[in-house]
Amino acid sequence: MELRGKAWKYGDDVDTDVIIPARYLNSSDPAELASHCMEDIDASFASKVVSGDFIVAGKNFGCGSSREHAPIAIKASGASAVIARSFARIFYRNAFNMGLPIFEAPDAVDEIEAGDRLAVDMERGSLRNETKGKEYRFTPIPPFMRELVAAGGLLNYIAKRKKGA
Amino acid sequence: MGLTLTQKILARHAGRKGVAPGELILAKIDLALGNDVTSPIAIQAFRSLGATAVFDRERIALVADHFTPNKDIKSAEQVKLMREFAKELGIANYFEVGRMGIEHVLLPDEGLVVPGDLVIGADSHTCTYGALCAFSTGVGSTDLAAAMFSGEVWLKVPETLRIVLSGRPAKWVEGKDVILHIIGEIGVDGALYRAMEYAGDGIAHLSMAWRFTMANMAIEAGAKNGIFPFDAATKAYADGRAKRKYEVVTADPDARYAEEISVDLSALEPVVAFPHLPENTRPLSQVGNVPIDQVVVGSCTNGRIEDLRSAAAVIRGRKVHDGVRMLIFPATQEIYLQAMREGLMEAFVTAGAAFSTPTCGPCLGGHMGILAKGERAISTTNRNFVGRMGHPESEVYLSNPAVAAASAVLGRIGGPDELP
Repeated sequence: MELRGKAWKYGDDVDTDVIIPARYLNSSDPAELASHCMEDIDASFASKVVSGDFIVAGKNFGCGSSREHAPIAIKASGASAVIARSFARIFYRNAFNMGLPIFEAPDAVDEIEAGDRLAVDMERGSLRNETKGKEYRFTPIPPFMRELVAAGGLLNYIAKRKKGA
Repeated sequence: MGLTLTQKILARHAGRKGVAPGELILAKIDLALGNDVTSPIAIQAFRSLGATAVFDRERIALVADHFTPNKDIKSAEQVKLMREFAKELGIANYFEVGRMGIEHVLLPDEGLVVPGDLVIGADSHTCTYGALCAFSTGVGSTDLAAAMFSGEVWLKVPETLRIVLSGRPAKWVEGKDVILHIIGEIGVDGALYRAMEYAGDGIAHLSMAWRFTMANMAIEAGAKNGIFPFDAATKAYADGRAKRKYEVVTADPDARYAEEISVDLSALEPVVAFPHLPENTRPLSQVGNVPIDQVVVGSCTNGRIEDLRSAAAVIRGRKVHDGVRMLIFPATQEIYLQAMREGLMEAFVTAGAAFSTPTCGPCLGGHMGILAKGERAISTTNRNFVGRMGHPESEVYLSNPAVAAASAVLGRIGGPDELP
């Protein structure tokens, strides 16, 4: 599966309070959450992000709370994936459970600038920065996680397996 | 190969003799937890599975603590959904306003979490129960839904960071200062994906309340869990509370640790974390002049009776500074009552502080003490991210309860020794 879009670039330790501030957690409606996504560090993101775009960030992306509202908001915003140096563990879990693909690609992250056009092949573990004309490899996500993403998240995965059994 | 505390508990719950770091396991859970922010999504997910019964009505806890007492209509709807779900499925441990508390203080105090347990909760501070020598970790709502249905969770076995504590802490140094010091040393991702396991003779000088504070903030170093060995203090706390029989787990002498660090508790002074990350720590003596607008004492980190005693001892007979609002949040109804009986509540209210019913409220910028643009708070809570307590241009400083109380009197960040 190839994902294509342009990069929205952020720094290290992007926490769940800026991905979706707690003042909006009295709702779990994806569209409403998406309208406030990244609001406290980038007021333009929610209104300007285009379907397929990538969030690109430094280390420890998604640190803080266990709120699933964070990957829900990102997915509903239209972003196709998050690429970072590393992820906080609960966010990592939640993203796959929600069917939002995320990748750890440290070398690529360092050189990507805001607005660069990217193409990502999840299975091969490759990322092409079309703007800069450079290609990078990263450890592909494990098959179990890929199945989660392909199924659209943990619940669909469980439901599918139940049907199959 | 020897097992660390975390590995041993995970192995037992996976029905295995041993597990190795990096392995994916399917483990049985002893308790699953949700709150009013995370449960509504979990309940929708649970229903979408077509599930009509939970795996065990006694082993699920639902606590409405974040936006309660309901702050607005949407919050009221969320809690209503949770309440009706609990009633419909006969969930034994649903806690209502007036009988509740902040989840991570309430559940161990009620004996619903016991030593040796494996607990997951849809709240990042679920790691708190490691103080009891249990494995507990935060997950998302979808994991909670799956666990309520199956009684199981998939987990990756973590490596373990061993933290050896020695010495006795000086006056005014509390568990909060120890954990802030450690996070300052290793960083907010210093224990990413790892277990933090405490060891050493310094543990004997740490009360259970302090151990809860330290395990609670393991997530602030990126850890999967934080865990203390079982000792006389653990036994004294658990016996008489535990609602289930418990098993004492010990680490093997030849357990393999990925890394070891040591902390001399006697060398520490109170620590303050500056905005906007818990790793931005400074010893109290190097804080400088930081005027404040608000002081918060409470939360799953520091809302226990010992914390209120510590703050009350400093504030008693003194007044909250003219330019400061001080807010006190006992973590449970039981602690609220105890604070009343001991005269702590009177000390706070006489000093000019507000004393609230239990709620997570201001810790996450939910309600009950939101900061305006440019305002600054010192708080005994766990996070000081951008916008955490209100406006994105407000600031939160983290400290222990004694320093928070002294700061309320001084009108700037300072310690009890600076008070006249």
